[in-house]
Amino acid sequence: MAGTKYNLSIKKRGNLNMTRIVTIETRDLEKSAKEGGCGECQTSCQSACKTSCGVANQACEKLSK
Amino acid sequence: MIHCYQFDGLNIVLDCHSGSIHMVDPVAYDMIRWYETEPAEEVIAKAIAEHGITRGDAEECLSDIDSLREAGKLYAPDKFEGLARDFGKRNFTIKALCLHVAHTCNLNCSYCFASQGKYHGERAIMSYEVGKRAIDFLIENSGFHKNLDIDFFGGEPLMNWDVVKQLTMYGREQEKIHNKNIRFTLTTNGVLLDDEVTEFANREFHNVVLSLDGRKEVNDRFRVDYAGNGSYDKIVPNFQRFVAKRGDKSYYIRGTYTHHNPDFLNDIKHYLDLGFNELSMEPVVTDPSSPSALTDEDLPVIFEQYDELARLMVQRHKEGRPFTFYHYMLDLTCGPCIYKRVAGCGSGTEYLAVTPWGDLYPCHQFVGDDKYKMGDIYTGVTNTEMRSHFASCNAYSRPECKDCWAKLYCSGGCAANAYHATGDILGVYDYGCKLFCKRIECAIAVKLLTSGIEQPGNG
Repeated sequence: MAGTKYNLSIKKRGNLNMTRIVTIETRDLEKSAKEGGCGECQTSCQSACKTSCGVANQACEKLSK
Repeated sequence: MIHCYQFDGLNIVLDCHSGSIHMVDPVAYDMIRWYETEPAEEVIAKAIAEHGITRGDAEECLSDIDSLREAGKLYAPDKFEGLARDFGKRNFTIKALCLHVAHTCNLNCSYCFASQGKYHGERAIMSYEVGKRAIDFLIENSGFHKNLDIDFFGGEPLMNWDVVKQLTMYGREQEKIHNKNIRFTLTTNGVLLDDEVTEFANREFHNVVLSLDGRKEVNDRFRVDYAGNGSYDKIVPNFQRFVAKRGDKSYYIRGTYTHHNPDFLNDIKHYLDLGFNELSMEPVVTDPSSPSALTDEDLPVIFEQYDELARLMVQRHKEGRPFTFYHYMLDLTCGPCIYKRVAGCGSGTEYLAVTPWGDLYPCHQFVGDDKYKMGDIYTGVTNTEMRSHFASCNAYSRPECKDCWAKLYCSGGCAANAYHATGDILGVYDYGCKLFCKRIECAIAVKLLTSGIEQPGNG
């Protein structure tokens, strides 16, 4: 439903307390090289765009996660 | 490689190769940018001089930046080029088909990339037998994939509605036999979207794309029938009835903006006024010499639309009346893996378009261009050279992408856009790059502004 997709969280980093930088939790791309590549995600053109590739707008649909 | 930008009081730092996102205060914003190329002592000295902070403060900030570097969250090196080189060597499986069930249309939109649905050829309707074979072809070549996507496209697919229904039922039967999960989607201009179609589509289709360009005068400029009558008055009630019965299932009202309406935010607001909340708006794909083609003079206006759209989304979120805009959707923790980010949409490899006669093309944008024919659903992909060419088309295949911070968000961009703009799928459609970068910046800003997470320095 509108506006309810993909909530954010802050990346917790142990006891580090950075006063000037907040790191948002994001998918670890290097780690995804080991666990990713299953190909279950929707092909991006099949959704709304049909003209401009929107890979970034897709979600992971790995079946075993 | 980092990308730093500001939006409505936010200081945002993106790290390209880790995918990290940081919200920072003004001091860190400057120090992170300087530290990419300047030595520590110079960065500290500049921070003291320009921000009036103490040496201790500056050293602490630099220490935090170093910690992030060591953790691989800032200035992360690019480790993925080798992964891209391996793409051409993999075994190719197919997971998605765009079925052109109708090479004909009941509208006569002059900007249509598909020459009013005919794709520069003869009008045609896909037979059930061809569609059935296409589904069999998909399943036979799907390998280990469980999720398969079939898109009913055209022309106007509702002009072949009986076959669409039959193929859906056939797919439902076959997915059980072969342990697959087929997601059917439909794109329609809405002219024939009646109660029967609504009931079936809302039951069977994973996603439905409803084509409407926005305000009546905008929509009816191009989206007219063969008598020249605008389609707005007919399709809007059809779309409203459809969406009212859609429940929680996915749909998008999708429009095209052109040189005639670079102020497309007004069309997005019109969607909202009509009661639609799942929205998409795309730039026109057309010959640069066309009067509707977007120009360099349009760019500042377009950028302003994307910025104001972001602000509108934030405002509506605060009011408890959120809406979705396709290109601003981001799943930061569970988004695409690095393989998807490097590979892109899969056109010409794992995603193919099928014509009414069963011919295979890399995607709908190449149908009708004979040199891009890949084979057919009976003999399979025989143009393996073309498949390898598309496999080589990824985030690392274009020299222009090397130093672009957005490459792992866009995967190198749309091959069709590159081909139409430069004559080569490995070219770069620079105008599209500018639009994409602006959209991603806005998408991330919206995520941050609606997260409730306080930016440092604002507390």
